[in-house]
Amino acid sequence: MRPSTKSLITNLKPGTKIKGKWHQHTYQIVKKLGNGAIGEVYLALCNQKYVALKISDMPSSITTEVNVLKAFGKVQGTRLGPSLLDVDDWVPFRSHSYSFYVMEYMRGHELNTFLRHKGPEWLGILMIQLLDDLDHLHREGWVFGDLKPENLIVTNSPPRLRWIDVGGTTKIGRAVKEYTEFYDRGYWGLGSRKADPKYDLFAVAMVMIQVYYPQRFEKGQHPTKTLKYKIIQQPALKKYATCLDKALLGKYTSSKEMKADISKILLARVQSPATKMKHSGDVKRSKQHASGNGSPTRWLESLGIAMVTVMLFVIFLILNMF
Amino acid sequence: MKKGTLKQILLITDGCSNQGEDPAAVSALAMQQGISVNVIGVLDDDQSEQPEGLQEVEEIASAGGGVSRIVYAKALSQTVQMVTRQAMTQTLQGVVNKELQEILGSEKSMEDLPPEKRGEVMEVVEDLGETSNLEVLVLVDTSASMSNKLPTVKESLEDLSLSLNARTGNNTFSIYTFPGKKQHVKEVMSWNPDLSNISSVFPKLTSGGITPTGPALREVIYKFNSTPRIEGWGSTDEAIYEESNY
Repeated sequence: MRPSTKSLITNLKPGTKIKGKWHQHTYQIVKKLGNGAIGEVYLALCNQKYVALKISDMPSSITTEVNVLKAFGKVQGTRLGPSLLDVDDWVPFRSHSYSFYVMEYMRGHELNTFLRHKGPEWLGILMIQLLDDLDHLHREGWVFGDLKPENLIVTNSPPRLRWIDVGGTTKIGRAVKEYTEFYDRGYWGLGSRKADPKYDLFAVAMVMIQVYYPQRFEKGQHPTKTLKYKIIQQPALKKYATCLDKALLGKYTSSKEMKADISKILLARVQSPATKMKHSGDVKRSKQHASGNGSPTRWLESLGIAMVTVMLFVIFLILNMF
Repeated sequence: MKKGTLKQILLITDGCSNQGEDPAAVSALAMQQGISVNVIGVLDDDQSEQPEGLQEVEEIASAGGGVSRIVYAKALSQTVQMVTRQAMTQTLQGVVNKELQEILGSEKSMEDLPPEKRGEVMEVVEDLGETSNLEVLVLVDTSASMSNKLPTVKESLEDLSLSLNARTGNNTFSIYTFPGKKQHVKEVMSWNPDLSNISSVFPKLTSGGITPTGPALREVIYKFNSTPRIEGWGSTDEAIYEESNY
Protein backbone atom coordinates (compact mmCIF):
# COMPACT_ATOMS: atom_id res chain seq x y z
CA MET A 1 0.00 0.00 0.00
CA ARG A 2 2.74 2.42 0.97
CA PRO A 3 4.65 2.63 -2.33
CA SER A 4 1.56 3.49 -4.37
CA THR A 5 0.38 6.27 -2.04
CA LYS A 6 3.88 7.67 -1.88
CA SER A 7 4.34 7.67 -5.65
CA LEU A 8 1.32 9.96 -5.97
CA ILE A 9 3.14 12.84 -4.32
CA THR A 10 6.51 12.04 -5.88
CA ASN A 11 4.98 12.54 -9.33
CA LEU A 12 2.51 15.38 -9.13
CA LYS A 13 1.72 16.52 -12.68
CA PRO A 14 2.01 20.18 -13.63
CA GLY A 15 -1.40 21.75 -13.24
CA THR A 16 -2.45 19.56 -10.32
CA LYS A 17 -4.40 21.61 -7.81
CA ILE A 18 -3.72 21.12 -4.16
CA LYS A 19 -6.32 22.50 -1.84
CA GLY A 20 -5.67 22.68 1.89
CA LYS A 21 -8.18 20.98 4.16
CA TRP A 22 -7.93 23.50 6.97
CA HIS A 23 -7.17 26.87 5.39
CA GLN A 24 -8.71 26.24 1.96
CA HIS A 25 -5.89 27.83 -0.06
CA THR A 26 -5.34 26.34 -3.52
CA TYR A 27 -1.90 25.73 -5.00
CA GLN A 28 -1.29 24.82 -8.63
CA ILE A 29 1.76 22.64 -9.22
CA VAL A 30 4.22 24.06 -11.78
CA LYS A 31 7.16 21.68 -11.55
CA LYS A 32 9.21 19.60 -9.17
CA LEU A 33 12.13 21.36 -7.53
CA GLY A 34 13.66 18.46 -5.66
CA ASN A 35 13.25 15.84 -3.02
CA GLY A 36 14.58 15.54 0.49
CA ALA A 37 14.71 12.86 3.15
CA ILE A 38 11.11 13.29 4.15
CA GLY A 39 9.24 14.61 1.12
CA GLU A 40 9.09 16.36 -2.22
CA VAL A 41 9.43 20.03 -2.99
CA TYR A 42 7.42 21.60 -5.82
CA LEU A 43 7.22 24.99 -7.40
CA ALA A 44 3.59 26.09 -7.23
CA LEU A 45 1.39 29.07 -8.03
CA CYS A 46 -0.89 30.70 -5.51
CA ASN A 47 -2.66 33.98 -6.40
CA GLN A 48 -0.27 34.40 -9.35
CA LYS A 49 2.75 34.21 -7.08
CA TYR A 50 5.40 31.52 -7.10
CA VAL A 51 5.83 29.57 -3.88
CA ALA A 52 7.71 26.44 -2.85
CA LEU A 53 5.55 23.63 -1.48
CA LYS A 54 6.95 20.70 0.48
CA ILE A 55 4.67 17.70 0.75
CA SER A 56 5.12 14.42 2.60
CA ASP A 57 3.25 11.36 3.78
CA MET A 58 4.90 11.80 7.16
CA PRO A 59 2.91 14.50 8.96
CA SER A 60 5.16 14.38 12.02
CA SER A 61 8.25 15.27 9.98
CA ILE A 62 6.43 18.14 8.31
CA THR A 63 5.40 19.42 11.73
CA THR A 64 8.99 19.22 12.97
CA GLU A 65 10.25 21.29 10.04
CA VAL A 66 7.46 23.80 10.48
CA ASN A 67 8.49 24.21 14.11
CA VAL A 68 12.01 25.10 12.98
CA LEU A 69 10.80 27.56 10.34
CA LYS A 70 8.60 29.22 12.94
CA ALA A 71 11.54 29.49 15.32
CA PHE A 72 13.56 31.12 12.51
CA GLY A 73 10.80 33.63 12.00
CA LYS A 74 11.24 34.79 15.56
CA VAL A 75 14.91 35.69 15.10
CA GLN A 76 15.04 39.45 15.17
CA GLY A 77 16.63 41.49 12.42
CA THR A 78 17.98 38.85 10.08
CA ARG A 79 15.92 36.45 8.08
CA LEU A 80 17.25 32.92 8.46
CA GLY A 81 15.97 30.50 5.87
CA PRO A 82 12.84 30.87 3.75
CA SER A 83 9.77 32.41 5.35
CA LEU A 84 6.83 30.16 6.11
CA LEU A 85 3.54 30.99 4.38
CA ASP A 86 1.10 28.17 5.10
CA VAL A 87 0.75 24.72 6.70
CA ASP A 88 -2.05 22.37 5.78
CA ASP A 89 -3.21 18.88 4.82
CA TRP A 90 -4.20 17.65 1.38
CA VAL A 91 -6.79 14.90 1.16
CA PRO A 92 -7.05 13.80 -2.49
CA PHE A 93 -9.00 10.66 -1.57
CA ARG A 94 -10.99 9.94 1.50
CA SER A 95 -8.44 7.45 2.82
CA HIS A 96 -5.24 9.34 2.08
CA SER A 97 -3.98 12.46 3.68
CA TYR A 98 -0.71 14.27 3.08
CA SER A 99 0.80 17.12 5.03
CA PHE A 100 2.44 20.06 3.36
CA TYR A 101 3.86 23.46 4.09
CA VAL A 102 4.37 26.42 1.83
CA MET A 103 7.33 28.75 1.91
CA GLU A 104 8.74 31.62 -0.06
CA TYR A 105 10.28 30.50 -3.37
CA MET A 106 13.91 31.45 -3.66
CA ARG A 107 15.24 31.69 -7.18
CA GLY A 108 18.94 31.07 -7.54
CA HIS A 109 21.77 28.77 -8.46
CA GLU A 110 23.39 25.83 -6.77
CA LEU A 111 26.63 26.79 -5.06
CA ASN A 112 28.91 24.87 -7.42
CA THR A 113 27.12 26.08 -10.55
CA PHE A 114 27.36 29.65 -9.35
CA LEU A 115 31.10 29.33 -8.65
CA ARG A 116 31.68 27.75 -12.06
CA HIS A 117 30.05 30.71 -13.80
CA LYS A 118 31.19 33.58 -11.62
CA GLY A 119 34.63 32.37 -10.59
CA PRO A 120 36.10 30.75 -7.49
CA GLU A 121 36.93 34.11 -5.91
CA TRP A 122 33.29 34.19 -4.78
CA LEU A 123 33.74 31.18 -2.52
CA GLY A 124 35.31 33.12 0.36
CA ILE A 125 32.66 35.84 0.26
CA LEU A 126 29.79 33.37 0.21
CA MET A 127 31.28 31.45 3.12
CA ILE A 128 31.51 34.67 5.10
CA GLN A 129 27.81 35.21 4.47
CA LEU A 130 27.07 31.66 5.54
CA LEU A 131 29.12 32.05 8.72
CA ASP A 132 27.25 35.26 9.50
CA ASP A 133 23.92 33.44 9.31
CA LEU A 134 25.26 30.50 11.31
CA ASP A 135 26.42 32.91 13.99
CA HIS A 136 22.86 34.22 14.37
CA LEU A 137 21.48 30.69 14.39
CA HIS A 138 23.95 29.46 17.00
CA ARG A 139 23.26 32.41 19.25
CA GLU A 140 19.57 31.48 19.10
CA GLY A 141 20.48 28.05 20.43
CA TRP A 142 20.26 26.06 17.18
CA VAL A 143 22.63 24.14 14.96
CA PHE A 144 21.91 23.76 11.23
CA GLY A 145 22.96 20.10 11.18
CA ASP A 146 22.64 18.88 7.61
CA LEU A 147 24.79 21.55 5.99
CA LYS A 148 25.66 20.59 2.39
CA PRO A 149 25.57 22.20 -1.07
CA GLU A 150 22.20 20.61 -1.83
CA ASN A 151 20.68 22.59 1.03
CA LEU A 152 22.16 25.89 -0.09
CA ILE A 153 21.27 28.28 -2.87
CA VAL A 154 22.85 31.47 -4.18
CA THR A 155 20.23 34.10 -4.90
CA ASN A 156 21.04 36.89 -7.34
CA SER A 157 21.63 40.63 -7.32
CA PRO A 158 23.45 40.88 -5.11
CA PRO A 159 24.71 37.30 -4.79
CA ARG A 160 23.73 35.95 -1.39
CA LEU A 161 24.08 32.45 -0.04
CA ARG A 162 20.88 31.22 1.63
CA TRP A 163 19.81 27.89 3.04
CA ILE A 164 16.73 26.24 1.67
CA ASP A 165 16.19 23.03 3.67
CA VAL A 166 16.02 23.19 7.43
CA GLY A 167 15.25 19.51 8.04
CA GLY A 168 18.41 18.90 10.05
CA THR A 169 18.19 21.92 12.32
CA THR A 170 18.66 20.76 15.90
CA LYS A 171 18.68 22.43 19.31
CA ILE A 172 22.18 22.78 20.74
CA GLY A 173 23.02 19.92 23.08
CA ARG A 174 20.82 17.36 21.34
CA ALA A 175 21.67 14.60 18.89
CA VAL A 176 21.90 15.98 15.34
CA LYS A 177 18.61 15.16 13.63
CA GLU A 178 19.71 14.65 10.05
CA TYR A 179 23.13 14.57 8.44
CA THR A 180 24.99 13.50 5.31
CA GLU A 181 28.08 11.37 5.82
CA PHE A 182 30.58 13.40 3.81
CA TYR A 183 29.76 16.55 5.80
CA ASP A 184 29.42 14.81 9.18
CA ARG A 185 32.35 15.02 11.60
CA GLY A 186 31.28 11.75 13.22
CA TYR A 187 31.78 9.90 9.94
CA TRP A 188 35.32 11.28 9.69
CA GLY A 189 36.08 10.30 13.28
CA LEU A 190 36.54 13.93 14.26
CA GLY A 191 33.86 14.35 16.90
CA SER A 192 30.44 13.39 18.17
CA ARG A 193 26.99 13.90 16.65
CA LYS A 194 25.90 16.08 19.53
CA ALA A 195 24.78 19.43 18.16
CA ASP A 196 27.22 22.23 18.91
CA PRO A 197 28.38 25.19 16.77
CA LYS A 198 31.59 23.33 15.89
CA TYR A 199 29.50 20.67 14.17
CA ASP A 200 28.35 23.24 11.60
CA LEU A 201 31.82 24.72 11.18
CA PHE A 202 33.17 21.28 10.28
CA ALA A 203 30.49 21.06 7.59
CA VAL A 204 31.35 24.55 6.30
CA ALA A 205 34.94 23.36 5.76
CA MET A 206 33.68 20.28 3.93
CA VAL A 207 31.42 22.41 1.74
CA MET A 208 34.48 24.44 0.75
CA ILE A 209 36.49 21.29 0.05
CA GLN A 210 33.80 19.69 -2.12
CA VAL A 211 33.85 22.71 -4.44
CA TYR A 212 37.19 21.39 -5.68
CA TYR A 213 36.21 17.73 -5.31
CA PRO A 214 32.62 17.67 -6.59
CA GLN A 215 32.78 13.86 -6.89
CA ARG A 216 33.70 13.78 -3.18
CA PHE A 217 36.12 11.08 -1.97
CA GLU A 218 36.47 8.13 0.39
CA LYS A 219 37.80 8.65 3.89
CA GLY A 220 40.39 5.85 3.62
CA GLN A 221 42.33 4.31 6.49
CA HIS A 222 43.40 7.64 7.97
CA PRO A 223 40.54 10.12 7.54
CA THR A 224 42.38 13.14 8.96
CA LYS A 225 45.40 12.55 6.73
CA THR A 226 43.13 12.11 3.71
CA LEU A 227 41.51 15.48 4.39
CA LYS A 228 44.82 17.29 4.87
CA TYR A 229 46.21 15.75 1.70
CA LYS A 230 43.17 16.75 -0.35
CA ILE A 231 43.46 20.33 0.89
CA ILE A 232 47.14 20.81 0.00
CA GLN A 233 46.65 19.13 -3.39
CA GLN A 234 44.49 22.04 -4.56
CA PRO A 235 46.28 25.42 -4.67
CA ALA A 236 42.98 27.25 -4.34
CA LEU A 237 42.16 25.31 -1.15
CA LYS A 238 45.68 25.43 0.19
CA LYS A 239 45.22 29.16 0.54
CA TYR A 240 42.58 28.40 3.20
CA ALA A 241 44.54 25.47 4.69
CA THR A 242 45.10 26.83 8.21
CA CYS A 243 41.48 27.93 8.46
CA LEU A 244 40.15 24.62 7.11
CA ASP A 245 42.36 22.62 9.47
CA LYS A 246 41.08 24.55 12.45
CA ALA A 247 37.46 24.09 11.43
CA LEU A 248 37.92 20.37 10.77
CA LEU A 249 39.65 19.76 14.09
CA GLY A 250 37.09 21.76 16.08
CA LYS A 251 39.47 24.53 17.10
CA TYR A 252 37.08 27.38 16.36
CA THR A 253 34.70 28.07 19.20
CA SER A 254 32.39 30.30 17.14
CA SER A 255 31.48 31.14 13.54
CA LYS A 256 32.82 34.60 14.18
CA GLU A 257 36.37 33.29 14.64
CA MET A 258 36.24 31.32 11.42
CA LYS A 259 34.76 34.27 9.60
CA ALA A 260 37.57 36.52 10.85
CA ASP A 261 40.18 34.09 9.52
CA ILE A 262 38.56 33.83 6.09
CA SER A 263 38.30 37.62 5.92
CA LYS A 264 42.00 37.89 6.71
CA ILE A 265 42.89 35.48 3.90
CA LEU A 266 40.68 37.33 1.41
CA LEU A 267 42.04 40.75 2.35
CA ALA A 268 45.66 39.58 2.30
CA ARG A 269 45.45 38.94 -1.44
CA VAL A 270 44.11 42.38 -2.23
CA GLN A 271 46.77 44.19 -0.21
CA SER A 272 49.73 42.96 -2.20
CA PRO A 273 48.94 42.83 -5.91
CA ALA A 274 52.42 44.17 -6.71
CA THR A 275 54.34 41.26 -5.23
CA LYS A 276 51.92 38.89 -6.82
CA MET A 277 52.38 40.40 -10.29
CA LYS A 278 56.17 40.09 -10.21
CA HIS A 279 55.97 36.42 -9.39
CA SER A 280 52.95 35.42 -11.31
CA GLY A 281 54.83 32.40 -12.63
CA ASP A 282 55.43 31.07 -9.16
CA VAL A 283 52.14 29.83 -7.75
CA LYS A 284 53.33 27.64 -4.93
CA ARG A 285 55.22 30.26 -3.00
CA SER A 286 53.28 32.03 -0.28
CA LYS A 287 53.19 35.79 -0.02
CA GLN A 288 55.68 36.16 2.81
CA HIS A 289 58.15 33.92 1.10
CA ALA A 290 57.87 35.85 -2.11
CA SER A 291 58.88 39.15 -0.55
CA GLY A 292 61.45 37.62 1.83
CA ASN A 293 63.40 35.43 -0.56
CA GLY A 294 62.61 37.43 -3.65
CA SER A 295 64.84 40.47 -3.10
CA PRO A 296 68.32 38.78 -3.11
CA THR A 297 67.59 36.92 -6.34
CA ARG A 298 66.33 40.07 -7.95
CA TRP A 299 69.50 41.84 -6.89
CA LEU A 300 71.65 39.05 -8.37
CA GLU A 301 69.66 39.18 -11.57
CA SER A 302 70.31 42.89 -12.01
CA LEU A 303 73.98 42.39 -11.25
CA GLY A 304 74.18 39.66 -13.88
CA ILE A 305 72.50 41.81 -16.49
CA ALA A 306 74.87 44.67 -15.66
CA MET A 307 77.89 42.45 -16.00
CA VAL A 308 76.80 41.04 -19.34
CA THR A 309 76.17 44.58 -20.62
CA VAL A 310 79.59 45.71 -19.49
CA MET A 311 81.22 42.69 -21.17
CA LEU A 312 79.39 43.33 -24.43
CA PHE A 313 80.41 46.98 -24.26
CA VAL A 314 84.08 45.98 -23.70
CA ILE A 315 83.92 43.58 -26.67
CA PHE A 316 82.33 46.36 -28.72
CA LEU A 317 85.17 48.69 -27.74
CA ILE A 318 87.83 46.08 -28.55
CA LEU A 319 86.25 45.38 -31.94
CA ASN A 320 86.12 49.10 -32.64
CA MET A 321 89.84 49.45 -31.97
CA PHE A 322 90.69 47.31 -34.96
CA MET B 1 7.74 12.94 34.17
CA LYS B 2 9.89 9.88 34.54
CA LYS B 3 11.83 8.71 31.54
CA GLY B 4 10.61 5.62 29.74
CA THR B 5 12.46 2.84 27.98
CA LEU B 6 12.08 1.91 24.33
CA LYS B 7 12.89 -1.62 23.24
CA GLN B 8 13.87 -2.47 19.69
CA ILE B 9 15.13 -5.42 17.74
CA LEU B 10 17.19 -4.53 14.67
CA LEU B 11 17.31 -7.38 12.21
CA ILE B 12 19.94 -7.17 9.45
CA THR B 13 19.52 -9.80 6.75
CA ASP B 14 19.99 -10.37 3.03
CA GLY B 15 17.54 -13.05 2.19
CA CYS B 16 14.45 -14.97 2.96
CA SER B 17 14.03 -17.19 5.93
CA ASN B 18 13.86 -20.85 5.04
CA GLN B 19 13.45 -22.64 8.32
CA GLY B 20 10.98 -22.61 11.17
CA GLU B 21 7.97 -20.44 11.89
CA ASP B 22 6.90 -17.33 10.00
CA PRO B 23 9.11 -14.44 11.16
CA ALA B 24 6.25 -11.95 10.70
CA ALA B 25 4.15 -13.85 13.24
CA VAL B 26 7.02 -13.84 15.74
CA SER B 27 7.47 -10.17 15.05
CA ALA B 28 3.83 -9.48 15.91
CA LEU B 29 4.39 -11.38 19.12
CA ALA B 30 7.41 -9.21 19.95
CA MET B 31 5.31 -6.10 19.48
CA GLN B 32 2.79 -7.46 21.95
CA GLN B 33 5.66 -7.67 24.39
CA GLY B 34 6.50 -4.01 23.92
CA ILE B 35 9.39 -4.60 21.54
CA SER B 36 9.33 -3.07 18.07
CA VAL B 37 11.08 -4.91 15.25
CA ASN B 38 13.03 -3.03 12.58
CA VAL B 39 14.39 -4.81 9.55
CA ILE B 40 17.10 -3.84 7.09
CA GLY B 41 17.52 -5.87 3.94
CA VAL B 42 21.03 -5.60 2.51
CA LEU B 43 21.64 -5.83 -1.24
CA ASP B 44 24.99 -6.61 -2.86
CA ASP B 45 26.47 -3.58 -4.56
CA ASP B 46 26.13 -5.28 -7.96
CA GLN B 47 22.55 -6.40 -7.38
CA SER B 48 20.38 -4.36 -9.71
CA GLU B 49 17.03 -5.91 -8.94
CA GLN B 50 15.38 -6.50 -5.66
CA PRO B 51 15.40 -10.24 -5.02
CA GLU B 52 12.10 -11.79 -4.10
CA GLY B 53 13.29 -13.01 -0.73
CA LEU B 54 13.53 -9.47 0.51
CA GLN B 55 9.78 -8.94 0.35
CA GLU B 56 9.40 -10.39 3.81
CA VAL B 57 11.55 -7.57 5.16
CA GLU B 58 8.61 -5.19 4.99
CA GLU B 59 6.17 -7.77 6.35
CA ILE B 60 8.30 -8.49 9.40
CA ALA B 61 8.74 -4.81 10.21
CA SER B 62 5.11 -3.83 9.76
CA ALA B 63 3.96 -6.77 11.88
CA GLY B 64 6.47 -5.70 14.52
CA GLY B 65 5.47 -2.05 14.59
CA GLY B 66 8.85 -1.06 13.24
CA VAL B 67 10.49 0.43 10.18
CA SER B 68 12.03 -1.37 7.21
CA ARG B 69 14.46 -0.41 4.47
CA ILE B 70 16.17 -2.27 1.67
CA VAL B 71 19.57 -0.80 0.86
CA TYR B 72 22.92 -1.42 -0.74
CA ALA B 73 25.68 -2.31 1.71
CA LYS B 74 27.31 1.05 1.00
CA ALA B 75 24.38 2.98 2.46
CA LEU B 76 24.07 0.77 5.52
CA SER B 77 25.54 3.11 8.14
CA GLN B 78 23.22 5.97 7.42
CA THR B 79 20.23 3.64 7.11
CA VAL B 80 20.81 1.85 10.39
CA GLN B 81 20.75 5.05 12.40
CA MET B 82 17.84 6.49 10.41
CA VAL B 83 15.70 3.39 10.86
CA THR B 84 16.41 3.32 14.60
CA ARG B 85 15.54 6.98 15.03
CA GLN B 86 12.41 6.73 12.89
CA ALA B 87 11.19 3.72 14.80
CA MET B 88 11.67 5.60 18.06
CA THR B 89 9.63 8.53 16.78
CA GLN B 90 6.96 6.18 15.49
CA THR B 91 6.65 4.41 18.83
CA LEU B 92 6.66 7.63 20.82
CA GLN B 93 4.08 9.15 18.56
CA GLY B 94 1.89 6.15 19.27
CA VAL B 95 2.31 6.83 22.98
CA VAL B 96 1.53 10.50 22.59
CA ASN B 97 -1.49 9.75 20.40
CA LYS B 98 -2.77 7.50 23.13
CA GLU B 99 -2.42 10.32 25.64
CA LEU B 100 -4.24 12.61 23.24
CA GLN B 101 -7.07 10.15 22.94
CA GLU B 102 -7.46 10.18 26.68
CA ILE B 103 -7.67 13.96 26.65
CA LEU B 104 -9.59 14.58 23.44
CA GLY B 105 -11.68 11.46 23.28
CA SER B 106 -11.36 8.31 21.23
CA GLU B 107 -10.24 8.16 17.60
CA LYS B 108 -8.26 11.36 17.88
CA SER B 109 -4.65 11.48 16.83
CA MET B 110 -2.19 14.22 16.01
CA GLU B 111 -3.42 14.39 12.41
CA ASP B 112 -6.89 15.32 13.61
CA LEU B 113 -5.53 18.45 15.20
CA PRO B 114 -5.26 21.59 13.08
CA PRO B 115 -1.68 22.13 11.85
CA GLU B 116 -1.18 25.01 14.28
CA LYS B 117 -1.68 22.75 17.28
CA ARG B 118 0.54 19.92 16.07
CA GLY B 119 3.78 21.75 16.72
CA GLU B 120 3.53 21.45 20.47
CA VAL B 121 2.63 17.78 20.31
CA MET B 122 5.62 17.13 18.06
CA GLU B 123 7.87 18.95 20.48
CA VAL B 124 6.79 16.52 23.19
CA VAL B 125 7.56 13.59 20.88
CA GLU B 126 10.99 15.04 20.11
CA ASP B 127 11.76 15.66 23.76
CA LEU B 128 10.89 12.06 24.55
CA GLY B 129 13.03 10.84 21.64
CA GLU B 130 15.99 12.75 23.00
CA THR B 131 15.67 11.70 26.63
CA SER B 132 14.15 8.20 26.59
CA ASN B 133 16.30 5.22 27.38
CA LEU B 134 16.79 2.83 24.52
CA GLU B 135 17.54 -0.87 24.37
CA VAL B 136 18.57 -2.13 20.94
CA LEU B 137 19.16 -5.79 20.28
CA VAL B 138 20.95 -6.27 16.97
CA LEU B 139 20.27 -9.58 15.25
CA VAL B 140 22.60 -10.24 12.32
CA ASP B 141 22.06 -12.87 9.68
CA THR B 142 25.43 -14.58 9.16
CA SER B 143 24.41 -17.13 6.57
CA ALA B 144 27.03 -17.69 3.85
CA SER B 145 25.81 -14.99 1.48
CA MET B 146 26.27 -12.32 4.16
CA SER B 147 29.99 -12.98 4.64
CA ASN B 148 31.29 -10.19 2.40
CA LYS B 149 28.88 -7.71 3.99
CA LEU B 150 29.89 -8.28 7.58
CA PRO B 151 32.70 -5.69 7.70
CA THR B 152 30.15 -3.11 6.57
CA VAL B 153 27.66 -4.29 9.17
CA LYS B 154 30.33 -3.90 11.85
CA GLU B 155 31.10 -0.36 10.69
CA SER B 156 27.46 0.63 10.60
CA LEU B 157 26.91 -0.62 14.17
CA GLU B 158 29.84 1.44 15.43
CA ASP B 159 28.30 4.37 13.62
CA LEU B 160 24.91 3.68 15.21
CA SER B 161 26.42 3.91 18.65
CA LEU B 162 27.97 7.25 17.67
CA SER B 163 24.55 8.58 16.64
CA LEU B 164 22.60 7.29 19.60
CA ASN B 165 25.17 8.19 22.22
CA ALA B 166 24.81 11.81 21.13
CA ARG B 167 21.37 11.69 22.77
CA THR B 168 20.71 12.65 26.36
CA GLY B 169 18.98 9.36 27.20
CA ASN B 170 20.83 6.15 27.99
CA ASN B 171 21.41 3.38 25.48
CA THR B 172 22.22 -0.27 25.81
CA PHE B 173 23.03 -2.56 22.93
CA SER B 174 23.50 -6.26 22.50
CA ILE B 175 24.43 -8.27 19.42
CA TYR B 176 23.31 -11.72 18.38
CA THR B 177 23.96 -13.63 15.17
CA PHE B 178 22.07 -16.47 13.57
CA PRO B 179 22.17 -19.32 12.76
CA GLY B 180 24.11 -20.46 15.84
CA LYS B 181 25.91 -23.79 16.02
CA LYS B 182 23.60 -25.58 18.45
CA GLN B 183 20.99 -22.95 19.20
CA HIS B 184 19.14 -20.67 16.85
CA VAL B 185 21.15 -17.62 17.86
CA LYS B 186 24.64 -16.92 19.14
CA GLU B 187 25.42 -14.16 21.61
CA VAL B 188 28.21 -11.96 20.30
CA MET B 189 27.95 -9.16 22.82
CA SER B 190 25.79 -8.92 25.94
CA TRP B 191 24.07 -5.69 27.00
CA ASN B 192 26.58 -2.87 26.79
CA PRO B 193 26.29 0.92 26.60
CA ASP B 194 28.78 1.25 23.76
CA LEU B 195 29.30 -0.31 20.35
CA SER B 196 32.35 1.70 19.39
CA ASN B 197 34.80 -1.11 19.96
CA ILE B 198 33.19 -4.23 18.59
CA SER B 199 36.01 -5.23 16.25
CA SER B 200 37.31 -7.79 18.72
CA VAL B 201 33.96 -9.44 19.28
CA PHE B 202 32.60 -9.35 15.76
CA PRO B 203 32.68 -12.84 14.30
CA LYS B 204 34.85 -13.86 11.42
CA LEU B 205 31.92 -15.89 10.19
CA THR B 206 29.90 -18.96 10.82
CA SER B 207 28.58 -19.90 7.46
CA GLY B 208 25.55 -22.04 6.95
CA GLY B 209 22.94 -22.56 4.31
CA ILE B 210 19.92 -22.14 6.53
CA THR B 211 18.27 -18.90 7.55
CA PRO B 212 15.97 -19.60 10.52
CA THR B 213 14.81 -16.00 10.89
CA GLY B 214 11.58 -16.84 12.74
CA PRO B 215 13.11 -19.05 15.45
CA ALA B 216 16.02 -16.62 15.86
CA LEU B 217 13.62 -13.72 16.40
CA ARG B 218 11.66 -15.71 18.95
CA GLU B 219 14.83 -16.52 20.84
CA VAL B 220 15.97 -12.91 21.22
CA ILE B 221 12.65 -11.70 22.58
CA TYR B 222 13.71 -13.34 25.85
CA LYS B 223 17.03 -11.50 25.89
CA PHE B 224 15.72 -8.11 26.93
CA ASN B 225 16.69 -6.87 30.38
CA SER B 226 13.24 -5.91 31.41
CA THR B 227 11.40 -8.85 29.87
CA PRO B 228 12.01 -11.46 32.51
CA ARG B 229 9.09 -13.73 31.71
CA ILE B 230 10.22 -16.98 30.17
CA GLU B 231 6.94 -18.83 30.08
CA GLY B 232 3.62 -17.44 29.02
CA TRP B 233 2.99 -14.00 27.61
CA GLY B 234 1.79 -10.92 29.40
CA SER B 235 -1.44 -9.16 28.73
CA THR B 236 -1.87 -8.06 25.15
CA ASP B 237 -2.69 -4.43 25.78
CA GLU B 238 0.60 -3.75 27.50
CA ALA B 239 2.04 -0.41 26.46
CA ILE B 240 4.91 -0.62 24.01
CA TYR B 241 6.53 2.21 25.88
CA GLU B 242 7.23 1.46 29.51
CA GLU B 243 6.12 4.69 31.01
CA SER B 244 5.61 5.59 34.59
CA ASN B 245 4.62 8.63 36.60
CA TYR B 246 3.40 10.99 33.96
